[in-house]
Amino acid sequence: MVRCFLIHTVCPLSAVAPGESRVLYSRVFGPDEGVQFAQQRELSPEERRLLQKEKVAVVARQVCSAVSLSREASGRLLVETVPGEEALALQEADSGVVRLRAGDPFSEEMSVLWLGVQSLGFALVCESHENLLLAEGTLRNLTRHCLEHLHMLGQGSEVLLKSNRIDVLLSRLLPCGQLLFLNHRFAQSLEKEVAAYMAK
Amino acid sequence: MYSHGSESLIKQAREIQEPELQKFYSRLVKLLQGKELSHETIDSLQRLHLILSATKYTRTLPSELQKRLSSLLSSPSEQLQVLSSAVLRETLPLSGQERNYNQDNTSQLNSHAAALLLSQAGSRADLSSLCAQLLRSLESRPSEGPSHSLTHMLPILNTILTHSPECLTEDHMTLLSKKLVDWLRYASITQGGGASSGGFFTGPRSRQPVPIAELDGTVSGDFFTVLCVGQGFTEDQWMNVFSFSMLRHWLLTYHSVSNGNTAADTDDRSEVDGSVVSMVSATSSTSRLLPPKERLREKAFQYCQRLIEQSDRKAHKRTDTELQRACLVEAVCILDCLCIEDASLVFRAFPCIKALFGRLSSDLSFARVLLPLAQFYLNHGEMAAVDCECVWNLVFGRFPADLFNDPFLAHELLRFLRVNLESLQLRVPQYTCSFPNLLKLLAWDSPAVVDDFVDLLPSLVTAGTAVELLHTLLDLPCLSATLVLQLRSASLPICEPGGRGLLSLDAFRNPSYRGLFLFLLRGEAGSGDTIDRLSTLHELLAEAVDWPRVIQCTQTVPVLLHIFFNKVITVADEKLLAHLILVQLERSSLLLNIPNYIKEIHRVFSCHLLRLCKLHPSLVVDQSHELLEFAGTTANVYSKEEIYTHVVWVLGEYLSVSCDSRCSVRLITSCFEAMEAVLFEITSSAPPPGASSPAPRVITTLMSALAKLASRSHDLIPRVSMFLSKLRKVARGGSVAWCTDEEDLVAIVTRGEELWSLLKAPGVAQSVLTPPPHVTTPQWHQDTNVAMPLGLRALTSLTHSQ
Repeated sequence: MVRCFLIHTVCPLSAVAPGESRVLYSRVFGPDEGVQFAQQRELSPEERRLLQKEKVAVVARQVCSAVSLSREASGRLLVETVPGEEALALQEADSGVVRLRAGDPFSEEMSVLWLGVQSLGFALVCESHENLLLAEGTLRNLTRHCLEHLHMLGQGSEVLLKSNRIDVLLSRLLPCGQLLFLNHRFAQSLEKEVAAYMAK
Repeated sequence: MYSHGSESLIKQAREIQEPELQKFYSRLVKLLQGKELSHETIDSLQRLHLILSATKYTRTLPSELQKRLSSLLSSPSEQLQVLSSAVLRETLPLSGQERNYNQDNTSQLNSHAAALLLSQAGSRADLSSLCAQLLRSLESRPSEGPSHSLTHMLPILNTILTHSPECLTEDHMTLLSKKLVDWLRYASITQGGGASSGGFFTGPRSRQPVPIAELDGTVSGDFFTVLCVGQGFTEDQWMNVFSFSMLRHWLLTYHSVSNGNTAADTDDRSEVDGSVVSMVSATSSTSRLLPPKERLREKAFQYCQRLIEQSDRKAHKRTDTELQRACLVEAVCILDCLCIEDASLVFRAFPCIKALFGRLSSDLSFARVLLPLAQFYLNHGEMAAVDCECVWNLVFGRFPADLFNDPFLAHELLRFLRVNLESLQLRVPQYTCSFPNLLKLLAWDSPAVVDDFVDLLPSLVTAGTAVELLHTLLDLPCLSATLVLQLRSASLPICEPGGRGLLSLDAFRNPSYRGLFLFLLRGEAGSGDTIDRLSTLHELLAEAVDWPRVIQCTQTVPVLLHIFFNKVITVADEKLLAHLILVQLERSSLLLNIPNYIKEIHRVFSCHLLRLCKLHPSLVVDQSHELLEFAGTTANVYSKEEIYTHVVWVLGEYLSVSCDSRCSVRLITSCFEAMEAVLFEITSSAPPPGASSPAPRVITTLMSALAKLASRSHDLIPRVSMFLSKLRKVARGGSVAWCTDEEDLVAIVTRGEELWSLLKAPGVAQSVLTPPPHVTTPQWHQDTNVAMPLGLRALTSLTHSQ
């Protein structure tokens, strides 16, 4: 299952410290990990939320550094794309996977699949035994939809102001973090529902 | 993409002041009191969400607002459902708010509200209640209903399985097993609502049901699976998709071999209890008589076999082709799971698995599907007496050699190795010789996979291959450069000269250097530890030293060397350790010319040289010839200061009869003379052009070593004294050419004086300079000679003289 989906910055920003990343959207699926562990149950809900946000921030930082190292190594120049060129942006995106050891920061080992589309990163935190082929396809699909429906290649801030669209997208394509084996017909059906919602 | 606008929005959301926030809350409450769903309401809810989620510190909402939002969870408008659940997820549940678990109308719980309940679950009890509620609604609801109303349940159940599998009782498991069987095996085979009757049935009025189709367009001849298409889908076809999506996790959780523990023990696959033969699963025709769990197993088996067959069809759409691959991976993993649970299924499964392997093994684009197949072979190949050599040739041969630049394959391959390490070491002898290939993954993308190699490297260190492995690790940056050249060479046309500064590319393509590069690119260990013309290779790759990929690689080598040495001392005998010392000395000048890299490697070498000699002091006498040669070369003081210092130190410390009886006076004298010569040279003239003055530590270490040697062979003492007094005279004369800092000079001279006064009492000097082990590692309470009780007893017997 997928534990977490996040969208964050991957370029150095003047407002944040180098290596830090601004998380623009994050969705952690399911109950807090601490539900299983006795000592974490002693944490108050506030502390649990804080811990969760910190974990997401750790993932964002890891992905940020993975993206910049990967881009540095490949030496490819970043291609600037404009709204309307979402398919091209996705094709040109860097991709990779980061291994998070058990305890750092999730209690079990996780694999984080990431896509770097210009200055933003899209990351899917999966359990380590998950079907990564399916996860990769799902991540690409989610990213394409986010880029299109939230006009992310432009200068707008819809990712912050219209995050409910991402919620609906996730509820259809990745309900509660469940990866789905969707052939093109099933996917079309779900995407029609999503498009109908976006039109409101 | 990320604009100043977004940044300032986040800042505003974080820094909103309390009074303004309270005003916003009350305005929102008023908006929510209105009956219509206005644009402003949606907008305000969205802004509320931004304010709450922008900061990691939790803000509490006024209870009035929170109550209104809770009631919105069941609003008919999906926008309000989404927004209210998003907002509530970012706040704390109201204290004293009863969870809605025991409400009767949970069957009407929409997916967003259900997901919210799930994320707010604070304990196993909460999860249990939620689980029980969902399953109650599953039992009681009629089979028709709005579509997707059941579909959100399976993902929630799957999540509960992850966190708290014991939430499901036996009855629950039975119920779900039955339902899963129905959905997986007996879903409708006709197209769902809205299917037009064109295509197979003529006549516009014909309302006959249209059968489902395969991905290549042909009519489907068997039961419905995720790889079947139709114009529209029925509810149970949707459930088929959701059921298959969670099937593997279900099987791993509840069908594992050691059924006592509910946590899936995926690492424990090497032990298959061959005596567990389920008699009823031998034939599928009797499956209707099977208990639910076994029936599910049987149906899952059939489903996977069907998927494997369906994946051979040529799909019309690219996304479907990708789905076929994902389905293959999943199907093979599920078959593996089932065979672990019931070993008799292995004989039914293997023909299918073998055929699939045969079909895919020649096509590297299916590499990620072939890995689960390899897992199957590893787990069950022995039992089925199948030859797995071709599998391992792929996994350890072609995959790393040809696909090293696929980050996903690298990750999955390395995970496969990590998870199955014990089994591989037992059953696949070529594993430990495959490190030249495996290290290609590291050389290409060090930051991404170094963590995996930290775990895997110890298993690759064996006495037989240790020396070759050490050489390979030291030349990892060269391998990195070579892989870059290999890829570039393949993509650039042959006749185009490496014009844009790519002399290394020309060298790569030059037949006379072929052998060098081929050695680096070899797939297996055993053909030689290293090559003679290493320095030539380093020169050819000179322009690669500032390639980012190569630099990233150099940063991981020191860590791996530490791991290597830590492991090798546990498996090596003294002869091998001696060889490793020689390799260190030799390679200290034979490294790719990257100053930082060379410095770090020297540091690692120094550390481990010291450790090796501490563990086996006789190594020093054993290798005294080479060590002396190293210590007697003045150039080493300037180019390899760190190692030089340590070599001199170990010579001073361990070149003695007490460490090895073969140590003769003549050996001590020749060592003394070699080091004395160097010391004279470096303290009488300025350093050669380009080099900096030797660090004080080198000089003091040399002096101390000479003093130690002299304390063991007293004839040498006068020579030391003479040098030290000369040194004092020279230093009194003011600054010297070989030492720029006055404080350093003072420190050196002070040390010299200490040594000089110590050597005036030769008998004491030896025990001070080289204390015997029982002095340096005192074990007062364990040492019978100094133990307190013994001492007291001795005193008592002395004072009570009878």
